[in-house]
Amino acid sequence: MTAAVSTLEIRNLHVSVETEEGPREILRGVDLTVRKGETHAIMGPNGSGKSTLSYSIAGHPKYTVTGGSITLDGEDVLTMGVDARARAGIFLAMQYPVEIPGVSVSNFLRSSATAVRGEAPKLRTWVKEVKASMEALEMDPAFAERGVNEGFSGGEKKRHEILQMALLKPKIAVLDETDSGLDVDALRIVSGGIEAVRAKGETGILLITHYTRILRYIKPEFVHVMAAGRIVDEGGPELAAVLEDSGYDRYVKGGEAAAPAGAGAVS
Amino acid sequence: MVVIDATGRPPMASGAVPRPVRSRNPLDHGVPTGREEAWRFTPLRRLRGLLAGPDADGKVSVTVSAPAGVAVEQLDAADPRIGRVLTPADRVAAFAMARAGGATAVTIPAEAALAEPVIVHLHGESPRTAAGAAAGVAYGHLSIEVGPFASATVVLDHTGSATYAGNVEVYVGHGASLTFVSLQDWDAGAVHVGAHAYSIGRDAKLRSFTVTLGGDLVRLNPTVVYRGPGGDAELNGVFFTDAGQHQEHRLLVTHTPRSCRSRVTYKGALRGDAAHSVWIGDVLIEADAVDTDTYELNRNLVLTDGARADSVPNLEILTGEIVGAGHASATGRFDDEALFYLQSRGIPPAEARRLVVHGFFAEVIDRIQVTEVRDRIMATVSDRLGETPADDGAEPAGA
Repeated sequence: MTAAVSTLEIRNLHVSVETEEGPREILRGVDLTVRKGETHAIMGPNGSGKSTLSYSIAGHPKYTVTGGSITLDGEDVLTMGVDARARAGIFLAMQYPVEIPGVSVSNFLRSSATAVRGEAPKLRTWVKEVKASMEALEMDPAFAERGVNEGFSGGEKKRHEILQMALLKPKIAVLDETDSGLDVDALRIVSGGIEAVRAKGETGILLITHYTRILRYIKPEFVHVMAAGRIVDEGGPELAAVLEDSGYDRYVKGGEAAAPAGAGAVS
Repeated sequence: MVVIDATGRPPMASGAVPRPVRSRNPLDHGVPTGREEAWRFTPLRRLRGLLAGPDADGKVSVTVSAPAGVAVEQLDAADPRIGRVLTPADRVAAFAMARAGGATAVTIPAEAALAEPVIVHLHGESPRTAAGAAAGVAYGHLSIEVGPFASATVVLDHTGSATYAGNVEVYVGHGASLTFVSLQDWDAGAVHVGAHAYSIGRDAKLRSFTVTLGGDLVRLNPTVVYRGPGGDAELNGVFFTDAGQHQEHRLLVTHTPRSCRSRVTYKGALRGDAAHSVWIGDVLIEADAVDTDTYELNRNLVLTDGARADSVPNLEILTGEIVGAGHASATGRFDDEALFYLQSRGIPPAEARRLVVHGFFAEVIDRIQVTEVRDRIMATVSDRLGETPADDGAEPAGA
């Protein structure tokens, strides 16, 4: 298998979560292909399964894959542990990054880079690399000595996610609602960071978003609409413009993949 | 903060903080049955008879390395410095005082500013039985005095194996500053029961670290009293309680003069079957101790099923006019979301757990300015987690 083009292929993916009433299916057959250098947007209303898709790709234990496949360059992603997926080149920028008290950002970044690259980065070049990436995201150098996400503002957390993406250089980056909770300035900076990674052409980006706002900064080549656990519409950037005007109503009310009763509250 | 009840009178003695009998005579202290508040968490049969004050048949050697100017001497049993800070509150401490046959004294002269720490190495040399239990009983007494306006760091390093009842008296002079580390890094079979009594002079500062890693049973009883206003005591603690270990820390801070401060911060991690930690944090603010500022915190991280952490803070306030008094206690498990987050960055599960535990302890351990001690504690924690530290070249990446 040649590795010239990194490709994430999702085929007929079915995913459930455990609830008090037993397992509930959230993804009902998702098909999606993301190649290196491409930018895809997945849009959809709350509860359509967007976040479930992103966590399933990353391997969160809360989500159970009940059918279908995910492969990266032909390798079965579903048999890999969470950490192995990251080392294989999958990155998830989380909507709600987790606080890890007492673990400094610098120690965390270096541990991650060491794991993903397979060897500890040379200290001198590493320091320069981190410094440049932080400057690009307009992050104070003092940031590196704080605990991971500890007391970070919403904007700081998202910048930190994008910083990690820039340093880990994934083949496929899933950005889960990275635009949510950002003011205009922070959105501009974060978008700039994403754009810089994209411009290198080495990463396939899957941008998951509820709103079209971030798409003014980052232009996807492909737009997918998700509703009730399936991709229900696909198109180019023009589809985002349509959604901006008309919203998701036509996908959730009586459409061909309208949400069955009770599926609306899960995100 | 001013605490006044509805009658307008200051709060009455609630009895929340116990007042034990204090006496040097062991026979003045009752033989615990295990139902007493002070003993209810302790597995008495694992004390190997220390409550009865058996004759010493083992040995804990004491080696002191100290910078020039520090006096190290042996005190005989009648020396008035013995019992100056500590009046035993239980039989074990009383027997230890009676049977230690004197004390090793370390005296830092007035106004000395020590650049290097004083290291007191206590090594249990009692042979282990075939069953792995420490056979030999040993008693010890240390007397540490920091002269007025001196600043010093003193490290007690407990290693080896013994059944050891050891008292420590720490007398901090007016305006002095002491960093004090007591590291319990015993071999698996050791039993250690100790009263660590600190007396803080006017405007003096104590920053103490009690770090308990080893031993079969460790029960320490740190107490603080103040001899004048402006005293400041920081009592930090770290313990890592593994399968079968019993680690108990019972603290009592008594605020008698006005305008003193105390901060208690203990963090523990527990792992394995029958790992048992006990943290008791008693703070008593007496009637004349206006302007007191105190806070105590115990946080425990339970890493596996089968471990048990008991945590009991008690606060008794006899004056309404204080700056602040509070406590917090929380025992939790690994945060699965934190582990997922780290793993999603390529970090293997065992390394992720190591990072989380180190981060949990870092708040306390990073305050220890003695690099060798700090590194040794972190290395021990890593070893105990079944991992050696990665080549993480700890230099800050963003500097």
